[in-house]
Amino acid sequence: MDDQYLLSMNNISKEYYGNRVLKNVNLQVKPGEIHALVGENGAGKSTLMNILFGMPVIFATGGFEGDILLNGEVTAIDSPHAAMNSGIGMVHQEFMLIPEFTVTENIKLGREIGESTALSKIFGNLLERLNWNQMKDDSRKALDSIGMMNIEEYAKVAGMPIGYKQFVEIAREIDKTGIKLLVFDEPTAVLTESEADRLLEIMRLIAQKGIAIIFITHRLTEVMAVADSMTILRDGEFVARKDVKDTSLVNIAELMIGRQVEKLVEDDLLGERELLDDRIALEFKDYYVDMPGERVQGMDVRIREGEIFGFGGLAGQGKIGIANGIMGLYETSGEVLVYDKPLVLSRLGEALRNGIAFVSEDRRGVGLLLGESIERNIIFSAMQINDEFVKRIGPMKILDQKAADEHTENMIKLLDIRCTGPSQVVGSLSGGNQQKVCLARALTMVPKILIVSEPTRGIDIGAKKLVLEYLTKINRELGMTIIMISSELVELRSLCDRIAIISEGKVFSVMKPNDSDAAFGLAMAGIREEVAR
Amino acid sequence: MKTLKTFYENIGLPRLIIGLFFILLVVASLLLGFSPAALFSDVVRRWLMYGTLVLAMVPGIQSGIGLNFGISLGISSGLLGAVLAMEVAFVRDWNGLYGAGSPWMTLLLAIILGVIFAAIVGTLYGMLLNRVKGSEMTVSTYVGFSIIAFMNIVWLSLSFTNGELSWPLQGQGLRNTASLSGSFGGLLSNPDVVQNTQPEWLHWLAFRVGDFIVPMGLILVFGLMCFFVWLFFRSKTGIAMSGAGENQLFTTSSGINVDRKRIQGTAISTVIGAVGIILYAQTYGFLQLYNAPLMMGFASVASILIGGATVKRARISHVLIGTFLFQGILVTALPVVNEVVEIGTLPEVLRIIISNGIILYALSKTKGENQ
Repeated sequence: MDDQYLLSMNNISKEYYGNRVLKNVNLQVKPGEIHALVGENGAGKSTLMNILFGMPVIFATGGFEGDILLNGEVTAIDSPHAAMNSGIGMVHQEFMLIPEFTVTENIKLGREIGESTALSKIFGNLLERLNWNQMKDDSRKALDSIGMMNIEEYAKVAGMPIGYKQFVEIAREIDKTGIKLLVFDEPTAVLTESEADRLLEIMRLIAQKGIAIIFITHRLTEVMAVADSMTILRDGEFVARKDVKDTSLVNIAELMIGRQVEKLVEDDLLGERELLDDRIALEFKDYYVDMPGERVQGMDVRIREGEIFGFGGLAGQGKIGIANGIMGLYETSGEVLVYDKPLVLSRLGEALRNGIAFVSEDRRGVGLLLGESIERNIIFSAMQINDEFVKRIGPMKILDQKAADEHTENMIKLLDIRCTGPSQVVGSLSGGNQQKVCLARALTMVPKILIVSEPTRGIDIGAKKLVLEYLTKINRELGMTIIMISSELVELRSLCDRIAIISEGKVFSVMKPNDSDAAFGLAMAGIREEVAR
Repeated sequence: MKTLKTFYENIGLPRLIIGLFFILLVVASLLLGFSPAALFSDVVRRWLMYGTLVLAMVPGIQSGIGLNFGISLGISSGLLGAVLAMEVAFVRDWNGLYGAGSPWMTLLLAIILGVIFAAIVGTLYGMLLNRVKGSEMTVSTYVGFSIIAFMNIVWLSLSFTNGELSWPLQGQGLRNTASLSGSFGGLLSNPDVVQNTQPEWLHWLAFRVGDFIVPMGLILVFGLMCFFVWLFFRSKTGIAMSGAGENQLFTTSSGINVDRKRIQGTAISTVIGAVGIILYAQTYGFLQLYNAPLMMGFASVASILIGGATVKRARISHVLIGTFLFQGILVTALPVVNEVVEIGTLPEVLRIIISNGIILYALSKTKGENQ
């Protein structure tokens, strides 16, 4: 019976310091099959994979119980090297690539093809000459076999979009001879939607070659789209092995303990209001930003006063560059008009002085002074730009501690920042609270236009909802124009009035939040609907 | 137990060890029968003497250039100001013209000239450091050493008429060590000088309480310097400068020219260094030229690090605590060690171990930020 399976892991149990993380789990994969391993965080997926790869952490903590069978034979996998020799490969979530190396060098790393030379005959194969042509050909073949004709094998990995890095990593695994089983650990988590679709296609392509795939993911739609069968884990226990064709999304969700569909912003907050087409708060004309990896290349868009305007699109297409350019972090060209007044973006602080505040997507890198107190962070921009919170003593402008304290206390209350007080160091706050501090700093500027970039990245669902609701609230109550840049379409669609999808540094189309999923999907992929039909 | 732990965490291991060592030395010296008044007079004097030089580290660290090993630039500027002022005083015969006021004029001129030189040199130095972002500390160490070598040439080639400064029987070159006893030496800190040469209404500048010497003038000047630096870092410019040191992107996105703030910070650090060496010289009573300031940068760096500063953040309290502990150990170690063992150079060895050890410790704790 076991013969039909390439891999079967039988009755696997594992304890970490008396804590049972896996209880009699079974996993079977057939050759050429895409098998999904699903389960919530902490269900035991990673531990199971660590066992499969013979990771040292498993043996350092007392090994495991159960058998691993490869092609029906019990195989001892006691080191990652043994796993590799057995034809098991892994595509990592964090890319194990050397940025300064070319694609070929990365693919062939550790498995370089050498040619013997006079020196190597004497001193051994460490002194062999590299056969670059052969290595390039192999890399090209590996890349072509996953349909990545447009990745050049001689390009450096540094500066590539995240999706491409993932594909290079896959190519590396494919290039290994005798690969039988490939594990994809949350491969789509860091990818944008179209890159993820591309990846799924590649997985199908690989499976067609007879290589089995274990696909670990949280995204059930992807499982439905690509997997043949699945194993569901819950709290370290085996729940079921199912064929995808026999099941449904609802069914899987139930087995995993159903995820509730989250509502990000309550309906009663999203009251109707009238936006006038001739009141333009912010206008971009032929706008360029030279931000590496996120270039904006000739963007035109008009944003109405009081609007919540979203910018969506894939990573690397330029949506992140829009705000960073306005705030003067990267070179820009073209025109940006605030209420018909052109900004001189080469002048530092120009946008701030004209009533635009910015919450950066890179909270720790750009958004905060991590070593300073909450108070310093919140008042910093307002103090520097608007001369608020200062007392004049002779020629000096000295911090007005009392005013700053008062304001910070208010902000802490208003945004419900969980902290020990205004003097707590920002670096010790949780992600969600740090984001609120960023928001507080922007609001302290009392901006006419607020730009928030990836406002919910890396914060938990509760804080996420609070941040989004607060944005909606200040928009409705104060009439503040809000520009939101986000990778999460759900988020954009739940509160924006209009959403511009950015593709290749330009506005591809401006959409309504209630446009169909298909329309959004096509726009993100940069495909015109007419063409798709 | 918990409060004990937070107490320990707040103090940190190096300060705990050095603090305990200091207390041990104090107890030992008292047991050996040294006069506590004389001992503490010495500790306080040295504390104030080095304090301003250590204070010069603060603007450098806060503006993001890290530990300013190049403080020798400020020191050299200050020394140049001092020798020029003394020469001017001699040529113009300020003693004849101003009597008891002449040391004051000389001190003032020395500081003014030193500050002007330091401001110019510091600005240029700041511009240099902006071009080597990421390796400021390496470059500043080189610069710090180079300027000493350069100044050696300058000292050798200056031909002054003031006999206190120039070598006797020779036309060119300045002495290794020039006495300030006829000039501004001890004006703010030495009770003998103050009581003998100054009018009565200035006698509060330095006086004795029993055997204990209170260098009131120096306390006042150093206190004011600390206060101004503290105030500066609460001003709009100072807060912007701190921001530039902590996070360049953040500060740029708030509309601040980070490079300019770094230049300002470096210049201020150099200027304070210039004032620092003049105060040092007046307390010590001698101007030390040539290679004497070579390692002063390291002592300053070590002091502020002992005080608890990191290469990215420093406060006035770090200056005060660090200088006190560092100098306190050196002062108390000398008599104790001489009494216990017969190796005369041991305090010097101790100084090197402590300063280099602390710098090493602090640098090992820094986190790389360029990646």
